[in-house]
Amino acid sequence: MGDYLLMMVTAIFANNVLLIRFLGLCPFVGVSSNLSSSFGMSGAALFVCVLASAITWNVYHFLLVPLQLEYLRTVSFILVIASLVQLVEIVMQKTAPALYRALGIYLPLITTNCMIFGVAVLNIQEEHSFLDTVIYAFAAALGFCLALIILGGIRERFALGRVPTMMQGFPAALITAGIMALCFYGFIGLGQ
Amino acid sequence: MSTFFQEFSKGLWKEVPPFRFVLGLCPVLAVTASVSSALGLGCGVIFVLLVANTLVSTFRDFIPNKIRVPVFIVIIASAVTIVELTMEAYFYTLYEVLGIWIPLIVVNCLILGRSEAFARKNPVHLAIADGLGMGLGFTISLCLLASIREIFGAGTWFGLQVMPSAYLGFELLQRPPGAFICLGLLLALMNLVSARLEKPQETC
Repeated sequence: MGDYLLMMVTAIFANNVLLIRFLGLCPFVGVSSNLSSSFGMSGAALFVCVLASAITWNVYHFLLVPLQLEYLRTVSFILVIASLVQLVEIVMQKTAPALYRALGIYLPLITTNCMIFGVAVLNIQEEHSFLDTVIYAFAAALGFCLALIILGGIRERFALGRVPTMMQGFPAALITAGIMALCFYGFIGLGQ
Repeated sequence: MSTFFQEFSKGLWKEVPPFRFVLGLCPVLAVTASVSSALGLGCGVIFVLLVANTLVSTFRDFIPNKIRVPVFIVIIASAVTIVELTMEAYFYTLYEVLGIWIPLIVVNCLILGRSEAFARKNPVHLAIADGLGMGLGFTISLCLLASIREIFGAGTWFGLQVMPSAYLGFELLQRPPGAFICLGLLLALMNLVSARLEKPQETC
């Protein structure tokens, strides 16, 4: 139990997928301009990430390894993730049309979100067991949500202040993210 | 020929990724702690972009519109697998350093973005020009950022000492937070430069 707690804390803070490992930056700067879309994106990413990691782990260990097709890892994982995202998109369109409209372009972009794919590959590379995989995916996605929501909150405040023209938009968001990364970097001793 | 060159050169300044299109940022930040890894990843991206653009453009009339994205992704993933296996066989140290970032080329928005926005609507030779230009622009940007981070962060360039040996190195630049801040400042600088360049044209 203690091991899992440690793994979660490390994955959320010390090895934050977004700020320390740089996975999933496109939605990070893209949808984080206000809090509500940050929340929507986080929810979608959390759901897809856990599901995708669980499925790809099974695909790898029960399909690719017995058939000695490990080199097809990249192709098969990306296909699994792409169809999963399509599924989430259809379900969301029916059940939460407002959220669907708010997320717009970024929902299909979860397919090319490095975070989902990266966590799936990391789970294979680190030789996690199935339970480890699910917990790690959950914790990593939680770290992603945390960073995304914090940045969303900060950027909402930007609207009130005067930002120099050349710094507007992406540059300011990136520098804010840098300062946040500096804070998260302080957690790095936590896991040891 | 002029359109060929036009498509090629737009990737180098006018639409240079990742600065103009803020796409495919993740590897930009992750591999730029040293110039050699940035160059290695850049070459991988050029190859994948070229293969993906060529194939997508060749088969653009045969790919059903509804399932085009999965088709693009399979093409890209196959190209990435080629890069991955080649690097593992011939450039093992680079393969070790880049690690997870080689399979992650597949989810680089830049590549899917070019297939979707350009290659599926244009003839093959233009798609090749676009792929080469965008890939080259991406690699140059990566190397620029990596040079700044390596020279000021560690005092070396391609692993060679360039700063005086007494130079201690600005450690922050080598670390993740430094990557964000450095890229943010570069983007701001680029906005400033292009704003300056555009001003005289308006008065003409």
